[in-house]
Amino acid sequence: MAGLWVWVCALFLVLSITPAGFAAERLRMATTTSTENSGLLNVLLPPFEKANNCKVDVISVGTGKALKLGENGDVDVVFVHSRPAEDKFVAEGFGVDRRDVMHNDFVIVGPKEDPAGIKKAKTAAEAFKLVADKKVGFISRGDDSGTHKQEKIIWKAADITPSGGWCVEAGQGMGAVLQMAYDKKAYALTDRGTYASYASKLDLAILSEGDKALHNAYGIIAVNPKKHPKANYALAKKFIEYLTGPEGQEVIAGYKVGGQQLFFPDVIKNP
Amino acid sequence: MSFFLDSLLAAFHLIVGFDAEVYLIAWTSLKVSLVGASLASLTGVPLGLLIAFTEFRGKRGVLLALNTLMSLPTVVIGLIFYGLLSRQGPLGDLGLLFTPAGVSLGLFFLALPLIANLTIAAAHGLDPRLALTCRALGATPLQQAWMILKEARFAVICAIAVGFGRVISEVGVAMMLGGNIRGFTRTLTTAIALETSKGEFELGLALGMFLLIVAFGVNGLLFLFQRAK
Repeated sequence: MAGLWVWVCALFLVLSITPAGFAAERLRMATTTSTENSGLLNVLLPPFEKANNCKVDVISVGTGKALKLGENGDVDVVFVHSRPAEDKFVAEGFGVDRRDVMHNDFVIVGPKEDPAGIKKAKTAAEAFKLVADKKVGFISRGDDSGTHKQEKIIWKAADITPSGGWCVEAGQGMGAVLQMAYDKKAYALTDRGTYASYASKLDLAILSEGDKALHNAYGIIAVNPKKHPKANYALAKKFIEYLTGPEGQEVIAGYKVGGQQLFFPDVIKNP
Repeated sequence: MSFFLDSLLAAFHLIVGFDAEVYLIAWTSLKVSLVGASLASLTGVPLGLLIAFTEFRGKRGVLLALNTLMSLPTVVIGLIFYGLLSRQGPLGDLGLLFTPAGVSLGLFFLALPLIANLTIAAAHGLDPRLALTCRALGATPLQQAWMILKEARFAVICAIAVGFGRVISEVGVAMMLGGNIRGFTRTLTTAIALETSKGEFELGLALGMFLLIVAFGVNGLLFLFQRAK
């Protein structure tokens, strides 16, 4: 028995001298699942971390939760995609220095046969209207993410309050929603990046794209140091400058998955 | 069947490939779970013995409360500790939110009622004459506790194993208090949730198999303790 105790104590000693990176400074960023899942951050962060000898801690959640974490001062910077919510966040004094960073677009996907015939719709709102008229099934994110907020904007433009059995609120991530749309032969709004990574697994087609309402812009906001003096504002500011500067914009423009560019820089259009 | 075969292959690659990131994730899981479960054992077992062998007013209330706390969803524990550890919360100055230590703290509270409860059950399962005999032979309370612990060793170690299993397999606390930060607080369970949400089902299941191997190691050690004379 005593021998065992020695072993366990030794194990704990090893455990306590862990390399768990209390390295240099840390910047906490709340961002959306789409930026993290696309793999963009894996190439976007290292140059900044190296240049500033810091570590960027990425907490990827829905836009709603990301902004909430910023509101409570638990992160230093938020990188999200819902302009109205971002503007509200700044107007209420929780964030400062909001900048446009990049964009891609949303697309409306559904079964290839297109039972609601939304292919001929000219706008996203018109497409949503057709789905509602035919009651063919629509999977909503239902999680207050940036994509969900966009759904609501389009429903509003179509002057429809989606209700009834045909509209399912999944309350899950984009991937799960696409999976459900495929299983139930229903429609869904998705960002192009996530759709691209699922295209080979699921038999869903892009049925409506290109409308202005489908523009998906990402903005970065520093947490207001006046509200949260402990937030690392200096580093947050440097990070915003990096993302909107030539170096960051070039990384964004150059990031491709399967030969396809996923995000388009907004500050310097052709870096 | 190809799904399970692919997952098995992916698990094999993860483990023999010595991918630094995956091993760091497993290490983080092991670390936060061991710290959480050990602290919970160090407090839960004595607490359980104390409750089992003392009579006090409201004992039944305490037992009921402990039983009820076992039903607390992990996300709710995550939310409670988020409120405490957030920069605006009462413990915000400690800076524990989104760190491995913060996760361990949440896991500690997750396992505590479980371990205390099972220890109480273990103590009740003993021959009641044991405590009496110890006392008659003039053992101090501490010596008595040690004798009881030795006698109930099998069930108490089982309680610790249950506590450890609960904390290494949960995802709510780790997600809410750790934030699933790559290279820092990502654990096997939050990595599984992430990969699943990305549609990488095979990789998710492979990570699950890796978790079982880690748990196997810890339980093997506990098993040795159980057998030790």
